[in-house]
Amino acid sequence: MGNTLRSVLIGKIDEWPEKLGKTVNIGKIQLAVFKLESGEIRAIENRCPHKGGVLAEGIVTGEYVFCPMHDWKINVLDGKVQEPDIGCVKTFPVEVKENQVYVLLDR
Amino acid sequence: MKKKNLVLIGNGMAGIRTIEGILNNDSDQYEITVFGTEPYPNYNRIQLSKVLQGDNSLKDITLNDWQWYEENNIRLYPGETVTKIDKNQQVLYTDKGKTKGYDKLIIATGSNPFVLPLPGVNKEGVIAFRNIDDTETIVKYSKQYKKAAVIGGGLLGLEAGRGLLNLGMEVDVVHIHDYIMERQLDRTAGKLLQQELEKQGMNFHLNKVTTEIIGRKRVKGLQFNDGSQIKADLVVMAVGIKPNVDLARETGIPVNRGILVNDYMETEVANIYAVGECAEHRGMVYGLVAPLYQQGEILAKRICGIETIGYKGSVLSTQLKVSGVDVFSAGKINEEENSKVSMLHDDLQGVYQKVIFEHGKMTGAVLFGDTKDGNKFLKYIKSSVSVEEYLQSIETKTNESYSVADLPPDELICGCNGVTKGVIVEAIQSQGLTTIDQVKSCTNASRSCGGCKQLVSELLQGTLGYSYDQNQKEAICNCTILSRDEVVNQIREKGLTHIREVMNVLGWKTDGCSKCKPALNYYLGMIDPLHYQDEKEARYVNERMHANIQKDGTFSVVPRMYGGITTAEDLRKIADVADKYQVGTIKVTGGQRIDLLGVKKQDLPKIWAELDMPSGAAYAKGLRTVKTCVGDSYCRFGTQDSIGMGIRLEKKFEGLNTPHKVKMAVSACPRNCAESGIKDVGIVGVEGAWEMYVGGNGGTHLRKAELLFKFKSGEELIEMIGAFLQYYRESANYLERTSAWVERLGIDHIREVLSIESKVKELNARIEEALSVVQDPWKQAISDTNLLKDLYEAVKIPAETR
Repeated sequence: MGNTLRSVLIGKIDEWPEKLGKTVNIGKIQLAVFKLESGEIRAIENRCPHKGGVLAEGIVTGEYVFCPMHDWKINVLDGKVQEPDIGCVKTFPVEVKENQVYVLLDR
Repeated sequence: MKKKNLVLIGNGMAGIRTIEGILNNDSDQYEITVFGTEPYPNYNRIQLSKVLQGDNSLKDITLNDWQWYEENNIRLYPGETVTKIDKNQQVLYTDKGKTKGYDKLIIATGSNPFVLPLPGVNKEGVIAFRNIDDTETIVKYSKQYKKAAVIGGGLLGLEAGRGLLNLGMEVDVVHIHDYIMERQLDRTAGKLLQQELEKQGMNFHLNKVTTEIIGRKRVKGLQFNDGSQIKADLVVMAVGIKPNVDLARETGIPVNRGILVNDYMETEVANIYAVGECAEHRGMVYGLVAPLYQQGEILAKRICGIETIGYKGSVLSTQLKVSGVDVFSAGKINEEENSKVSMLHDDLQGVYQKVIFEHGKMTGAVLFGDTKDGNKFLKYIKSSVSVEEYLQSIETKTNESYSVADLPPDELICGCNGVTKGVIVEAIQSQGLTTIDQVKSCTNASRSCGGCKQLVSELLQGTLGYSYDQNQKEAICNCTILSRDEVVNQIREKGLTHIREVMNVLGWKTDGCSKCKPALNYYLGMIDPLHYQDEKEARYVNERMHANIQKDGTFSVVPRMYGGITTAEDLRKIADVADKYQVGTIKVTGGQRIDLLGVKKQDLPKIWAELDMPSGAAYAKGLRTVKTCVGDSYCRFGTQDSIGMGIRLEKKFEGLNTPHKVKMAVSACPRNCAESGIKDVGIVGVEGAWEMYVGGNGGTHLRKAELLFKFKSGEELIEMIGAFLQYYRESANYLERTSAWVERLGIDHIREVLSIESKVKELNARIEEALSVVQDPWKQAISDTNLLKDLYEAVKIPAETR
């Protein structure tokens, strides 16, 4: 598996806004990358499965983001939409090495 | 021991209540499987109209969420319909090709709306009102069309009618009888209810038999048997329901109107039971929740092998809130020749009460307006109380005023769920309950129609004494059990200063949610405007970005134009910016401003810098715009300088945070060209004076503003607007518009408070404090490099980067 992923540098962890999301465009892929209250960085697809809302603009609490369009609640760890709504968004592994944040993408 | 297979067909209220009973009795004997045609968990069908009315969402009316099924190991197949039962092999088949064997089978397929077989019934725009999908369709239609007709003046029809009014439609209710709700009310109560509903804006067509639905492809109107017609763009059929017995009939289970069952809810086929609206017991098919729940409990016992006396039928009683009016009836509704009637009718207080006696025993009661005694009457009827006993009971009642404390422990409080006073009081004491919500989830009381909420509240009051706050609001969200007032008081008392601290100190169950975080951010800022550091990550996107997000993720920009006045120079700047940044659409807003739509996030700060105009706050929970008419400088009817006043107000109050958006208007005469009658604060100039109206709303909950005061001078007016806004800021729930707030507190109360001169001064001192720290958010953003980077910049990496 390791061979099929490439890691992409997206920024410095201490420069990432706290408890907020940021839009990250890598080629044609658009990610919502969050720095959670715990300091952890998480990356998901920047597209709510409901109506395509931009999740990077949502309110972040704990491990959840609330879509700014219709308030769907999505777990940023596993991408699962929370009840009573259903669905999921793609998640992307993140690595932090020496203050640098990398997203791992399929080749 | 291998568990037996129990299958429930129908994932609705009666069926799931039976399963709850089985779990309570003995959760280990059965492997439970549920099939439901609707793709939702069990929800409270009685409250569908509240979803239509916009007060509740699907989440709010869900009775058993997905988790409940999971926790109780119930296999649920939502959106899957059982199509065939093989009663000999004890196997059933579904529309998705599933086969499932059963040891015991419960049929709880409920009922279908009865659709009159009229010519034209298949036209577009004719629908029933029975489930969530219908509700969604109605909401959708209401956005396109204006005139709705409801066929059926029974409970369902009136609830649908009220919902349609709330959706902003004109509503005609067509009824075949000469008064409404004739199954539950007598003529007097029916007429009283009709008057009330007419006041709310409903039109009635009584004694009308619909003969045809007219129109081509779409419905255009209704034709009646007397030759008259009405126009309609939407027809809601609410004439009644019929038991859904097709599956049972095809299976060969004996069926009359409903599926025939004995006192133990057993059908005539071994191991198959029926419960709820689809079942017929001793010639009766019930449609109200209380008898259905009684059936469910009996069936649960039967299935678990617990002895029960069986179901003996129910005395029908209805306790309802129809559009805010309480009505109750039980037993006989209309008196006969030899009945004796005790009646009380007070037009002034809108109260009507009728009790019927036959052969000296109480057999029926109808109440309108005040239904507190409803459950007592139901008990009297069930126990056939005599005239003498009844008279004695009123005598003791008039001596000391009636209170729930006087009721015996076995008195029924929640008729829907069969919960007695004793059970509730016991739960409050033994489990330390303090709120209605807790009583609801612990005992089921007031979980269905909600009609007994007031009684539950009184029981809490009586049991807890002074520690119970009767006017408690529900918890601000599911993250806490605390109400808005409790949270605000604790913030003040403990001197809490930021959101995380509030959540930690007040024992939040989660890390917050999209409801409580913005609310806490507001309350903290309202309490200490001078020191509170606004937490931008707790703001909804629009307020965080100071622009309105659109569905494609672009934003819109609305610059401030005080009082709706602009200049050629400003318009030129706007035009230049629109050209340069290729703004998709330029639109004039309802609040007399110019909206630039389709702006990319990263362009926002550049546009603001080039416009060099203040933010129009079109996104804010704060003052939006002050709309004005041209006023006395041009208009021949104008009596005051409305533009001047509008500009003054907008300059004074711009940037203020309020619980929800605040819209204002100033008109210079009662023709009201600025539409002051539907604004949060609407000013109308008259000869020599200003009238101040408050609590108006032109949105979802259309409401006419009420006159608060009239002032000779503009200074007095502005001072009162300051006091009013600050009182709203301090006492409203977050996201409560002034319309709802004025309604909750009552205009008389607000007027009384604001008539105290010292109070007005204090409120103004506090609003000045809040206004003193206001800064223009656009200027702030463009001069703060961190903000620019954190909020408005996206990271862009070319595809090939490794």
